Amino acid sequence: MTAFFEDIAVGDEIPAFVRKTTFMEWNRFAAVNEEFVYVHMDDEAGRAAGQPGAFGMGNLRWAYILNALRDWMGDEGEIRELTMQFRAINQKDDILTTSARVVEKSDDTDGAALVHLAIDVVNQDGKGTSPGRALVAVPSRTRASARSGQ
Amino acid sequence: MMEEMTTLVTPQMEASKGVWHSFERSFPIAASDIRRWAIAAYWGAMPPRLFWDDDYARTTRWGGIVAPEDFNPFAWQLPRDLTEEELRLQGAIPGEETRQGDNILNGGQADIFGARMRPGDVISSRSRLTHWEEREGRNGLTLYTFNETEWTNQNHELVKSRVLTLIHY
Repeated sequence: MTAFFEDIAVGDEIPAFVRKTTFMEWNRFAAVNEEFVYVHMDDEAGRAAGQPGAFGMGNLRWAYILNALRDWMGDEGEIRELTMQFRAINQKDDILTTSARVVEKSDDTDGAALVHLAIDVVNQDGKGTSPGRALVAVPSRTRASARSGQ
Repeated sequence: MMEEMTTLVTPQMEASKGVWHSFERSFPIAASDIRRWAIAAYWGAMPPRLFWDDDYARTTRWGGIVAPEDFNPFAWQLPRDLTEEELRLQGAIPGEETRQGDNILNGGQADIFGARMRPGDVISSRSRLTHWEEREGRNGLTLYTFNETEWTNQNHELVKSRVLTLIHY
């Protein structure tokens, strides 16, 4: 699937990426990112840090937002910027759902068609855990495409 | 009774403010590193072919396999002795008394992505502490540090610029 600039409207919500986060998701991600931090592996360490137990990595929520953006844009799109604040903890067995809404469309100086999005990762209680924003370049049917592959 | 700390800012922080450090160079990125990363990040579903199928990836604008934007080429560097400061950045350790400031959370990050990472790329990294803020929070005295990291590839192209916020309490 490819998202074309002309087909995108301010206010559009992109499809969500959803995962229940158990130790299976956490440990696989920790293994590739070598993110072996006690509070992400050990309930005692999580409690010592003031949480109910071990808690999830912000970088996994970051990955989930990138997944959602890619799945929506297709492989011809390009993620240029991403900003996220980790406002709430990802507890074990949380069901995380990404949220991304188009807030602006613009042009870059190189002719790329840019889409600005407000993003978040929401838990099963409807609480936003990771607000932020993203900037992506998408193909256009009518103008110069996003900068060539590099 | 434990003495109340008045600041979590250390002399080492004052001395290192704005100074680039932690110069590192990655091992060459392997296609299997990228594939494993994508499998973990998408666990529960098939990851995109762009990350593991070179025949497909060659048909895209990228001309071959590229890594996910968040791929970390510095995972699994050879281990080395850590400094005391680096050990503290590991966060609370089970069974050991936690000093004020030893608890660390990732407060957020802001990335600008440049050239895509590809199999064979060698990435260079450097970091610096740009500034900090300290205030009373719900966990007592809390320090926010802002750390900038730049990655460049072997062609001296910027791969990523990140500002990371760490919360120390």
